[in-house]
Amino acid sequence: MAKTLEIRWHGRGGQGAKTAALLLADVAFNTGKYVQGFPEYGPERMGAPITAYNRISDEPIRVHSNIYDPEYVVVVDETLLTAVDVTAGLKEDGAIIINSEKAGEELRPLLNGYKGKIYTIDARKISIAALGKYFPNMPMLASIVKVAHVMDENDFLDEMQGSFKHKFASKPEVIEGNMQALRMALQEVK
Amino acid sequence: MAIRERLSGNEAVAIAMRQINPDVMPAFPITPSTEIPQYFSAFVANGQVDTEFIPVESEHSAMSAAVGASAAGARVLTATSSCGMALMWEELYVAASNRLPIALALVNRALSGPININADHSDSMGARDSGWIQIYSENNQEAYDNFVQAFRIAENEKVLLPIMICQDGFITSHAVENISLLEDDVVKNFVGEYQPKHYLLDDKSMAVGAYATPGFYMEAKKAQAEAMKNAKQVILDVAKEFKAISGREYGLFETYQLEDAECAIVIINSAAGTAKDAVDRLRAQGKKVGLLKIRVFRPFPAEEMAEALKHCKAIAVMDRSEGFNSQGGPVCAEVKSALYGCEEKPLIVNYIYGLGGRDVRVENIEEVYAALEEIVAKGKVEDDYRYLSLRD
Repeated sequence: MAKTLEIRWHGRGGQGAKTAALLLADVAFNTGKYVQGFPEYGPERMGAPITAYNRISDEPIRVHSNIYDPEYVVVVDETLLTAVDVTAGLKEDGAIIINSEKAGEELRPLLNGYKGKIYTIDARKISIAALGKYFPNMPMLASIVKVAHVMDENDFLDEMQGSFKHKFASKPEVIEGNMQALRMALQEVK
Repeated sequence: MAIRERLSGNEAVAIAMRQINPDVMPAFPITPSTEIPQYFSAFVANGQVDTEFIPVESEHSAMSAAVGASAAGARVLTATSSCGMALMWEELYVAASNRLPIALALVNRALSGPININADHSDSMGARDSGWIQIYSENNQEAYDNFVQAFRIAENEKVLLPIMICQDGFITSHAVENISLLEDDVVKNFVGEYQPKHYLLDDKSMAVGAYATPGFYMEAKKAQAEAMKNAKQVILDVAKEFKAISGREYGLFETYQLEDAECAIVIINSAAGTAKDAVDRLRAQGKKVGLLKIRVFRPFPAEEMAEALKHCKAIAVMDRSEGFNSQGGPVCAEVKSALYGCEEKPLIVNYIYGLGGRDVRVENIEEVYAALEEIVAKGKVEDDYRYLSLRD
């Protein structure tokens, strides 16, 4: 069977994890891939833990279940590390990307014995610097694109520029800030 | 030229609706089908369609307005889910018995209670005897393709029945996936102009919704039953024409690795895709397994399914709704009765699965095939009414 890249997003309602997963599906689609981007729905409310998923493949994707053994996990909110088993099923040759000002190794004790790679990115700092507000999802999106080698970074930025022009047609003033957040995240994730 | 896109199932259906450009769409929002009228009302506001969009105050009114508009001679569609369709209940029968070719996008969701917004088939399975044609969709592509074919089937003069196109709530309605769209003109030409023969706005007088005494009621029902039988061939004819414009092939059901299968499952909607992955995994281990995915549930393709399944040693019929008849779900009851007349027939086990959005993994389907293997080894079914992936 064809190799499918599986990514799981953990966030809190209102942080844009679902939007980020759908944007990741968009950009991967634009590189010619087969994609899935879908949220797991429960009672939706601000602040509650939510999960979203991506599959990316060279072949049509038929499976319609949630993702239990992802190659990558993206944690949009650091406080989830003590609330949700974010590394459940995460493959050790994959990686987890956490929105935190801390270094990866400082967070390892919270990851239930997970032995694989840990990347961190201070999405709050980047978002405040680039947008003046806290929207962590754009830095997290750029981070997963870089860490999982979803596509060439410049192609990614070009795609996002086009996507933002469409998405923010009525408020073009926010486009540059979002682009800046993406560029900073590509530099700073480690 | 086909258009390569990525869309959620809801958006795909809304685009099919835009391309069809119906005369009237009455709608009331309900999760998870809300996005369909939401996208469509944007098409109306942007002048991309010239549909009369009626934002009604309930689903009861939505189907009532659909009945009225369709009787007047309009091409009408709407969308709903779950309790929304439950509130349309009375009018579902009115639409079918008045032979009104209305199209309904049903995004399958569990009925209360406990209150739940996620996918199962209790809404459409409950309406299986309402006289509507029911077509099911594995993914966004099939939901779109089935909707494009809907009016050609419903409006055929040998049929003249309402049609619901079903897909799984959230699992496909809210998942963004690749899809191949047809060009607007291609859909427009395929669907064609609606030219009803009898309608209220015509000059000739006619009665709609008349009372039928015991002396006439049965004949009306027999006529409906005959129309439903006729629908089977019309569905196949329309599918053939659809293949000519799309390259995609549809039948009454789809078989996957079934021809030489000893163990097979019968399944509907999104879990069929997951099950195909399970079949591939097991085939790689040399196991003779296959599946049959029902596309058309009303009319029920009994003879054709019996022919396709009778060689199997054991089959599992998967029901994503409860029937509360204490023997199994509605799909299993139909499959059993379809196979009753066959001299050689498989052992049959029923699984209730995926209720209220309970996730269905490839591994869960593999468990079902393992159980079938055990049934074949024993030569009998010990418990023929089971629940899949229930909590301990």
